[in-house]
Amino acid sequence: MGDFAVKTWIKTLLMAGGLCLAGTSFMPGNALAQVKSLESGVKIDQTNAAPEVHNTVENQRLTRAFRQQPPLVPHRVEKYQIDLKVNQCLRCHDWPYNAQERAPKVSETHYMDREGKRLDKVASTRWFCTQCHVPVTDAKPLVNNLFAPTQPAN
Amino acid sequence: MSTENQESPWRRIWKALKLPSTRYALGTVLVAGAIFGVMGWGAFNWALELTNTESFCITCHEMEENTYSEYTTTVHNTNKSGVRATCPDCHVPKEWVYKVRRKIQASNELFHHFLGTVGTPEKFEAKRLVLATHVWQTMKETDSRECRNCHHFDSMDISRQNERARSRHLDAVQDKKTCIDCHKGVAHQLPKGTFEAEAELNKSMSGAK
Repeated sequence: MGDFAVKTWIKTLLMAGGLCLAGTSFMPGNALAQVKSLESGVKIDQTNAAPEVHNTVENQRLTRAFRQQPPLVPHRVEKYQIDLKVNQCLRCHDWPYNAQERAPKVSETHYMDREGKRLDKVASTRWFCTQCHVPVTDAKPLVNNLFAPTQPAN
Repeated sequence: MSTENQESPWRRIWKALKLPSTRYALGTVLVAGAIFGVMGWGAFNWALELTNTESFCITCHEMEENTYSEYTTTVHNTNKSGVRATCPDCHVPKEWVYKVRRKIQASNELFHHFLGTVGTPEKFEAKRLVLATHVWQTMKETDSRECRNCHHFDSMDISRQNERARSRHLDAVQDKKTCIDCHKGVAHQLPKGTFEAEAELNKSMSGAK
């Protein structure tokens, strides 16, 4: 490494250091002040307020907002066991129970494995219903947005 | 020494018991008998009720680790009104005759506790379907007697239930269904193979009647 290169290197380092110093002295006034911690102003020894509780929307027809949307669940599901042992959703929504319980039947696409082979039981890839099908609460959107449902094509 | 003195003390007590009292008045014997009888009865029931508490049930680790820890997450433990139904409320009959019968049956559970039949979570899991089916069968046989200590069709205001519950409960009354027919796994996790076992149980029990 030549003399010149070493000098450039030292200069760069000094400049970087200077910038850092400048940054710390200017930043707190503007940009840093806008950054909020996850504590959101609550001291560590204080308890922050509990979030609002929202009720599940029940006994209402919930329409899809777009064609591919997994249908929403118009009832509470938190008490239903869905694990490796049992899936309680299927006790009403799987054939032949759906007729007896007057519940919508699980879509036929859910009885196909990833190769498209037809199965007699719900495919394991579709086992965890609540990954796609969820109940709705009466909560307002967290962030205002312009989302609008698709209009029917007629 | 005479032959009488060589008799064993047990034999002498037995002999005395067979003879009428020569020392105490009949009245004393009767009053003392009544007092000791009441005390004995009280002590018996006190001990019986002591075994009828949640804290007694979970002195066995099988209960605490499996069934109780699952129960704590359910509506019979925490709910909006704060009324709890603990282990004996559902699993021990309230009526005396049935209660004592259930307590005698429980000695079998004690026996299996010492054998370690369900001594680990794995062993419990392997046995879960059998154990659960026993409870379902009993509840079907007794028309869910223990549920109905609190939940009566007659006292149910179905107009305050949501639409789903209302239509099901109306059907259930008409079809003479019992609580456990639908409400399985309300306080504990359901075992693997629940729906198959349920169908089998319904079939075998409808055939028996």
